[in-house]
Amino acid sequence: MKVKISYKGNTLIAGIIGELDHHSAEYVREKIDSELIKATTKNVIFDFSKVTFMDSSGIGVIMGRFKNVSKLSGKLSVTNVNPQLMRIFEMSGLLKVIPVYDNIDIAINKM
Amino acid sequence: MQPINYMKLEFSSKSSNEGFARVVAAAFVSQVDPTIEEMADVKTAVSEAVTNAIIHGYENTSGLVRMECILYNDGVEITVEDEGQGIEDVNLARQPMYTSKPEMERSGMGFTVMESFMDRVEVISEVGKGTKVSMFKKFKSLAKE
Repeated sequence: MKVKISYKGNTLIAGIIGELDHHSAEYVREKIDSELIKATTKNVIFDFSKVTFMDSSGIGVIMGRFKNVSKLSGKLSVTNVNPQLMRIFEMSGLLKVIPVYDNIDIAINKM
Repeated sequence: MQPINYMKLEFSSKSSNEGFARVVAAAFVSQVDPTIEEMADVKTAVSEAVTNAIIHGYENTSGLVRMECILYNDGVEITVEDEGQGIEDVNLARQPMYTSKPEMERSGMGFTVMESFMDRVEVISEVGKGTKVSMFKKFKSLAKE
């Protein structure tokens, strides 16, 4: 599991690489939260293009970050979600509160 | 429907074993050649059940998690069992979004994911004794006409 942090303009992009489960969730949380403390931006885009597996622990990670940035009036979206992950997104109700876009460029335009 | 293969695996309640357990389950069912989607469904359901055993059953203390798989020509039955603290109210635990650990950022979707990715999920639990989750999935891609 790796988290690749990059910036596009005023937006933090968190590229999740590998398997996102309960075991790796703690690392992903710490990595993004510690980056957000340093950063001047409060806007986050998750890039899921390199996620090879995710279970409901991933929903907890996304919702947790969403709550944090929302408190600071930031925005959060998720991109590049494959169909298997999309099923978990749908059943969790996450799509009702968090926008999901096909790619990072679209997500940045919507920020 | 006759079982064609069987396996049993026992491992420590460490979170690093979540990935181990789901890869073992996927490798075992791959013998009958289900689709990639069906394999992914099995992996996700196993991951949820094993995660529950580790964080709720044993509450991150050390214990043993047991996984058994019975393989059929066109389906699989997987049992994940712990000897942890058990679930007081199984119906409540199975409710979507219900979690006993919101502070851990748990989504409360574990059982809901198992139920939607598998065809049948049975939960037997006794407080102080442990929990046994049995899940069955038919591989529709392999079902005979």
